[in-house]
Amino acid sequence: MSSQVSAVASTSHWEGGRSPYATNSKKFGMWLFIISDSLTFSAMLFVYTYCRVATPNWPTPFHFSPSIIFSSIMTFCLLTSSLTMVMAVHAMNQGNRKAAAGWILGTMAAGAAFVVLHLNEWMNLINNEHITAFGNEFGVPLFGGTFFALTGLHMTHVAIGLIYLGIVGQAVVRGKFKAEDVEVAGLYWHFVDLVWMFIFPLVYLMSAKI
Amino acid sequence: MSTHTEAAVHEHGATIPTFAKVWVTLLVLTGAEVLLAYEQVPTLIMLTILIGLSVIKAALIVAYFMHLKFERLSLFLTLFPMLIFCILLMLIFLGDAMRLPGMRPGA
Repeated sequence: MSSQVSAVASTSHWEGGRSPYATNSKKFGMWLFIISDSLTFSAMLFVYTYCRVATPNWPTPFHFSPSIIFSSIMTFCLLTSSLTMVMAVHAMNQGNRKAAAGWILGTMAAGAAFVVLHLNEWMNLINNEHITAFGNEFGVPLFGGTFFALTGLHMTHVAIGLIYLGIVGQAVVRGKFKAEDVEVAGLYWHFVDLVWMFIFPLVYLMSAKI
Repeated sequence: MSTHTEAAVHEHGATIPTFAKVWVTLLVLTGAEVLLAYEQVPTLIMLTILIGLSVIKAALIVAYFMHLKFERLSLFLTLFPMLIFCILLMLIFLGDAMRLPGMRPGA
């Protein structure tokens, strides 16, 4: 009888020694961060959409050239960087650290291209369209406020991701980090990509000048 | 044994052709969004279609690139229902945004 009880206890979810998610704590922690950060971005995207729908004379300053072309290339950069990140995780799972470091470097290059293009797009809006975070010629200051807050927060995430990947990449080269660490960094990077999949259509395409 | 099984599952989800197909699909959907932006469609219909396409893209990224399709179901059930619920709660206020233009003086 007692052996039966102990057998049941050892397989109970509440006795420890079992992982209900079959994942490691680092990965689970990153997932929790991603979910909480998703709520932040959701709220900001909702505010932008609310203002967009509620304002009949909402500005449409995004000309096909350069804004939509640039933002489309930026989308291509981020999607490609996600593919290279997946390849880095795949290489680490195969035990090929050199290839993993190369793919991480490729991911960083695409991410850096995104930041450069995005800053260029910001400069175009500020210098040519005279849109700032506090006002614009269209008489809808909420546009600049919501646009720069949302895209600025996203660009900050990309910049932090580049630093994160830099740290992970050099550790991979030195043989220090394991495959799961690269996978956790990949989760963060894919999340940054995922957020842009909503910002690009809702912010740029919904305010494209037709 | 469990390590071996997890490795096999990971390997199952980590095929390079699958990643390439997902990447191409994401690019095609992005192209469709850009084309749609230049069609003369009412704002709300355009918004609905763009959000729909974005949700499909997000699902592909989460399922394949973030590997959630190959994780245990309990992980998905712990993380996503409450996220979706909170986002839907936010959307309750979108009705106000649609009413606001008609409530302005002189509208």
